Amino acid sequence: MALVTLRNLTKSFSRDSQPIVVFDGLNLEFAEGSFTALMGPSGSGKSTLLNLIAGLDRPTAGTVTVGDAEVSSMSLGELAAWRSRHVGFVFQSYNLLPVLTAYQNIELPLLLTRLSKVERAAHVRTALEVVGLTDRAEHYPRQLSGGQEQRVAIARAVVSDPTIILLDEPTGQLDAKSAAEVLALLQRLNREFKKTIIMVTHDPHAAAAAGTELHLDKGVLTA
Amino acid sequence: MKFLPLVWANLMRHKRRTVLTTASVALALFLFASLRSVVTTLRANGEVGSESRMIVQSAKAITFFLPRSYDERLLAVPGVQAVSWALWFNGVYRDPKDFFAQFAVDPESYLDVYAGDYSLPPDQRAAFVRERTACIVGKRLMDKFGWRLGQNITLRGTIFQGDWTLTIRGVYREVDPIFSEDALHFHYEMVYERYPRWVQPGWYVLKLENPSLAPQVASFVDSVFKNSSDPTKTGTERAFNASFVTMWGNVSFLMNSIGMAVVFAILLVAANSMMLSARERISEVGVLKTVGFGDWLLFRLVMVEAGAIALGGAVLGLGAAKALFRPTGFSAMGFLPGFDVTAGTLGLGFGIAVLLALASGLVPALNAARLNAVQALRHVE
Repeated sequence: MALVTLRNLTKSFSRDSQPIVVFDGLNLEFAEGSFTALMGPSGSGKSTLLNLIAGLDRPTAGTVTVGDAEVSSMSLGELAAWRSRHVGFVFQSYNLLPVLTAYQNIELPLLLTRLSKVERAAHVRTALEVVGLTDRAEHYPRQLSGGQEQRVAIARAVVSDPTIILLDEPTGQLDAKSAAEVLALLQRLNREFKKTIIMVTHDPHAAAAAGTELHLDKGVLTA
Repeated sequence: MKFLPLVWANLMRHKRRTVLTTASVALALFLFASLRSVVTTLRANGEVGSESRMIVQSAKAITFFLPRSYDERLLAVPGVQAVSWALWFNGVYRDPKDFFAQFAVDPESYLDVYAGDYSLPPDQRAAFVRERTACIVGKRLMDKFGWRLGQNITLRGTIFQGDWTLTIRGVYREVDPIFSEDALHFHYEMVYERYPRWVQPGWYVLKLENPSLAPQVASFVDSVFKNSSDPTKTGTERAFNASFVTMWGNVSFLMNSIGMAVVFAILLVAANSMMLSARERISEVGVLKTVGFGDWLLFRLVMVEAGAIALGGAVLGLGAAKALFRPTGFSAMGFLPGFDVTAGTLGLGFGIAVLLALASGLVPALNAARLNAVQALRHVE
């Protein structure tokens, strides 16, 4: 059953007065509980696709549906509220807030919920356990290695139990060992916790960890 | 409340910058409160005094004496109940910077005319009246110099040359600010005895039977002495005090102008600091929007940061002004007795702090709210 559905998706923008078409009538589905790797050369539209699914960007035409929600027709306020409940986003450069501890970074999405402090703490502890960093809760990002930072970022993405996890080159800045740890963690989230994961990557090893590989080139699915 | 750790963490991102900006706001509001208190104290001092007392001074200038013989003629004016007189002494105790007001007065009549405006134990009053070299001192002045009853103090005359040794026989508390605790009163006769051919009263104080008689008494007194060698100028005590305030010229305008200029300068500092802080966090705003923080929430978080700096500075600056002046008896070397930061000044100061927060936080907050998440995230990469 499809969790994410893209229908006749068109996205274009202009750069230096030149129109650039990223997608032109793209149709695509991501099944619930799937782990998909999106591959392709730079400029093929991989990150734009993630942004459209997350509601961070709006399509020029067509629709984006996640579950029952038509993301492409929501207002900015509705999108923010929807994202806080349904989307976990992981960046290549981790993007942890440097002034907050690992615990506080992970707690951020929960601040948008009605959970009490005690309930938030329980969720954060669980997320820390899942990523294997319970002993690093009070560490600041500068006190963590790259792999640990990315695991904290993943914990932040899953702490509110979102519908879908979107990752933009999550292993791009990691060494081989840390990358393997992160990929193993993602596989566990997919298999054990049935999370739907869409991961943009250039790395064939990372793509191999996903159950499905999709290739984009100039906004068109090639495989 | 749950967002406070995030606000606090952002404030502590650059501790030195936050501390310096808060200190700037505190200093600006301290200066504002101090300068405005000069104005409010001047105004308050101009408003003290009774409408049932009148001051008769030389029509030439306050620095000219009036004949001692006017005493009985003034008492004979219809509507005048009692008469006393005083002289501005202007002696130096230890050092000119230790300035305080000193009045040479006729003890009995003076204390009677001002009855009800001070409290002085009867035995101390009797001792003061009885002893020619005695003086009475306000409680604040006693505390300031650490004097005690029975102590001899020596004033160095500036108008009336020589050393003048006085014995403290009484300590009074002010009931009305007109009888200020920052002053010393001693015998007029003591000065007169040393300079009998020269010294005369500096002004007369008339106590009226009824305040409504003031206009008639004033015109009558001035008409009586109009063609004499020492014409008079008579007015209510309140008008007399107010005339001293006008001698400060347009000091109110000057003080207010400087105060507002300081506040405006600090507004620029605070606004610059907030803009810097917001510019450094463009990517983080993108991350927060990705996590699900809405525009309105981000707007409020930035405004709370600006408010924390402005209101923190206000509490420090205005609190310091309130705590410093009144408890230490500050009076600008006696020129501004009763100097205090009023509730109105504190309210105005906090109002300025709120405006400061709005003005310094509004642009960064709007920028954070309007920021496109994708563009903000690209700012990093």
